[in-house]
Amino acid sequence: MNMYWAFGTVLLLLAITAPLALLFGFGGAVAARSRIAPLRWFGQGYMAVVRGIPDIVFFLFFVIALDQALEYIRHRWKCPDWEEPVRQGNDFIVCQIAKLPLNNAPQWIHEVYGFSLAVLTFAIVFGAFAGNVLYGAMNAVPRAQVETAEAYGFTPRQTFRRIIVPQMWVYALPGLSNVWMVLIKATPLLFLLGVEDIVYWARELGGSKTPQFTDYPHPDWRMWYFGALLVFYLLFTRVSEVVFDRLMTRLTFGQATAGGEAQRKVAA
Amino acid sequence: MSCAETIAAYAFRSIGYGERLLPRTDFTICQQFTLIGSGMIWNIYFGLLALAIGFVIANAVAVGKASANPMFRKPAEWFVFIFRGSPLFIQFFFAYFCFLSLKNVFPIFSPLTSATFGALFVLILNTAAYSGEIFYGALKSIPKGDIEAADAYGMTGWSRFRRIIWPTMMRLGWPGYTNEAIFLFHATALVFFAGFPAFQQRGDALYYANYFADKTFNPFIPYPILAFYFVLLSLTVIGVFGLMNRRLNRHLPQAARTRLKRRPMLMR
Repeated sequence: MNMYWAFGTVLLLLAITAPLALLFGFGGAVAARSRIAPLRWFGQGYMAVVRGIPDIVFFLFFVIALDQALEYIRHRWKCPDWEEPVRQGNDFIVCQIAKLPLNNAPQWIHEVYGFSLAVLTFAIVFGAFAGNVLYGAMNAVPRAQVETAEAYGFTPRQTFRRIIVPQMWVYALPGLSNVWMVLIKATPLLFLLGVEDIVYWARELGGSKTPQFTDYPHPDWRMWYFGALLVFYLLFTRVSEVVFDRLMTRLTFGQATAGGEAQRKVAA
Repeated sequence: MSCAETIAAYAFRSIGYGERLLPRTDFTICQQFTLIGSGMIWNIYFGLLALAIGFVIANAVAVGKASANPMFRKPAEWFVFIFRGSPLFIQFFFAYFCFLSLKNVFPIFSPLTSATFGALFVLILNTAAYSGEIFYGALKSIPKGDIEAADAYGMTGWSRFRRIIWPTMMRLGWPGYTNEAIFLFHATALVFFAGFPAFQQRGDALYYANYFADKTFNPFIPYPILAFYFVLLSLTVIGVFGLMNRRLNRHLPQAARTRLKRRPMLMR
């Protein structure tokens, strides 16, 4: 039964991560365009570093790193008179009440905590990809549009809010749909982050680490489980493709792009 | 152990030479550098062989997909859709358990259950699908004039393909193919996390980095080392592919040459 819920876990992860990553990406893109140099360096550095390294490395790295960072902050805040260093040789030790989640917390809190770490990690990594797309899209808004706004006496902030942001989506969509596809395909990595997702269940069910204890009435079915997952992902990708096609048609309507021009000609 | 001794003991650990026992306590930076570097041998092995063999298949796929005959086109389209539409991670799992089941029936499949051949097999097909799509896109965007010129010279069939279409296809597809090569090297990091067992702890770079992170609870040393190696590898790939790109474009006027731009890292 848990296995079916795991599909829900994956969908929930996608539903939370996608807007969050978009938000991170938007922040990154805005930072990278900023006139304040350190902020610009931060935005550009974020995108360059995250995109330059295999993301599985980030998935393995961030979960421990974020966990330790959060615990360290709580540690400093809650136990100010702790004398010993936090890192003792190979151990990472914080005081008991700074543990996250608390040792005596119920099981579901542990699971939720693990899940939110995973979501945050996904958002950070895919935020960088989305940020890069949005950055390009903001620059792709025709220069004439921005100039017109300037001629009407818009401040840079107004130009950004009223001209660039509404118009950039059509340029961003192909890239964003690409990021979305990649995001779908990255969800199996959840399993590496310790969340009990579909890959976990497909591996566990019928796994024969201790065959004498787990007498299944059937032989090893894991191949079929993974086959089913393969089909699940293929269908999901296909549906997304269709949806994005529709959305693109909607968005190009009336835009000064090749696609919009083609629509206009068909209508005329 | 001094650093030189460590290197002597562990430099080829990942392929089974040198000290068998992995360090268990008192980890030094030198050990981490050496072992993770030793694991890179596997990443390079998978990457190079998959690229070389996948390249040949990719060409066949691209030509097949562009073919007017549905007998060639349909299989190529399905091949590309299946391998591009599903996560590589799931493909690894599925293939592994598939080979395990097949092994029981036909012993001939037993080498494919090891990472050395099985994972390579999956990687070859995967990169063939991705680069096949890239080459297909390039094939579709060959200037009409080139083909008309070939027709005017009386070239047909194979000679037209070999002398005109194929070189142009390579030239146009090369920047995309460079990115694909980089992704492929990044994807090799997944191998030992997706079902395929690491025989006698002979794993790839990520396997050792993960080993150190698990043992020391300190992700801030092994993962940056790993990232360093991967950045180095990516730069090498870009360098080599850049040289080939120069050669492919050597007949063009200087200004018209397509510069290789590094657009890194979408995972699959």
